[in-house]
Amino acid sequence: MKPRKDLLTIGDLSDEDINTILDSATAMKDIFTKSVKKVPALKGKSVLTLFYEPSTRTRSSFEVAAHRLSADVTTFTVSTSSVVKGESVHDTIDTLMSMKMDYIIVRHKNSGIPAVIARHCKAAVINAGDGAHAHPSQAFLDAFTIREKYGTVAGKRVVIIGDILHSRVARSTSTILKRLGAEVAYMGPGPLVPPQAYTGIPRFSNWDDVFEWKPDVIYLLRVQNERIDSPFFPAKDYHQAFGVTDERLRRIDDLNLSIMHPGPVNRGVELCDAAMDYRNSLICNQVENGIAARMSILYHLTPQTQNND
Amino acid sequence: MPTISQEAIQNALRDWAGRIAASSAEGEKLAVVGLISHGDILARRLVALLQNAGVPALYGALDISLYRDDFDMLSHKPALRASYLPFSTDGMHVILVDDVIDTGRTVRAALNALFEYGRPACVELYTLVDRGGRELPIHPDVAAFSTPKEAGVKVHLLEIDGTEDITY
Repeated sequence: MKPRKDLLTIGDLSDEDINTILDSATAMKDIFTKSVKKVPALKGKSVLTLFYEPSTRTRSSFEVAAHRLSADVTTFTVSTSSVVKGESVHDTIDTLMSMKMDYIIVRHKNSGIPAVIARHCKAAVINAGDGAHAHPSQAFLDAFTIREKYGTVAGKRVVIIGDILHSRVARSTSTILKRLGAEVAYMGPGPLVPPQAYTGIPRFSNWDDVFEWKPDVIYLLRVQNERIDSPFFPAKDYHQAFGVTDERLRRIDDLNLSIMHPGPVNRGVELCDAAMDYRNSLICNQVENGIAARMSILYHLTPQTQNND
Repeated sequence: MPTISQEAIQNALRDWAGRIAASSAEGEKLAVVGLISHGDILARRLVALLQNAGVPALYGALDISLYRDDFDMLSHKPALRASYLPFSTDGMHVILVDDVIDTGRTVRAALNALFEYGRPACVELYTLVDRGGRELPIHPDVAAFSTPKEAGVKVHLLEIDGTEDITY
């Protein structure tokens, strides 16, 4: 693929870029089966995780990925950093650049912050989630997981269920799946699913229509805690209306459909307890594949911190 | 442009198989590991020839991209292919196979990669072509053909290139 410093959104990438990163992720996964689960590709390189929003999974997934490529990882914890003392993002960037970081992995509650950081520093910047905008590494691991399960993404039908409007996962994952030739549909509470006229993606309001559409994969979004019990999200009504209940799980099982979820799962909200042990749940695969996909992303980006000329 | 024929390549592989079969000790565990993307094809053929000669050998393939020493100098990283080495190399006699040896840097990377799968009893290096531009103290145990340092070398193999010859 062509030299690329940053990964901010899936939309920035060519088809070739997407396929190259997915192909290399397959090779990265092979490393997990060796007695030495590490390769020297990023030896001596510094990776910083800069999370302005809480996250356990994405951050540790990136950290494991960086370690397996032999990079040195520094964690910038916002609650203990100067950010709480009022340091601006720009001043933080200056500080980080003085530390000579090669890769910066950023999550921020505001859309566009990773792009601002990318513009102002030589390090390769990876967007690990910005507001409701984008979460490209999640998109790669989702596409990779579907490709691994079915051999191809093209022609597969994936329905994404939940609060689509506020979800960067829905946005990035549906973008990559459509680019790879999958069909995507949305389902969720009416006010929280954008109309088809804006997205080109069919929108359903109930499970009967979802089953009628004959999906291959049921992709549940996490219900954000802060939205539970807001007028849109009475928790138990949500499970009955949009969650995978025991009854729906039987139907999913009969039809041999796969279940995916970006985690962490709210049991009893998106998924009933039995769904966690469902034979076609790909949720654990997503976690493992997340490391491989992030290794591939780190491997393919080119920081401008080396002076080669 | 000088050309080495398909027949000469096939004869070289038969010669390798004969040599390995003659020197392999009773009960020795043998593995033939090729370097992607041409060495693995040669390794696969060599394993088949050894099989016919009654010498069982395991097949492996290594992608050495993640072990390269010029990582910082690459403006873009090569796409990776999955290595295939579904066995421990502990105590094995490993024949490393590649199409061309030049600087020796690829073999250096391959040795590092190989040792993460175990501790082989010994490692030998078989290459089709020796270009002789060595920058490291690494030399093949067997090289079928030598080409002049100044000339570029192209190895084509039927399985991936559709034709088979060596031009230089």
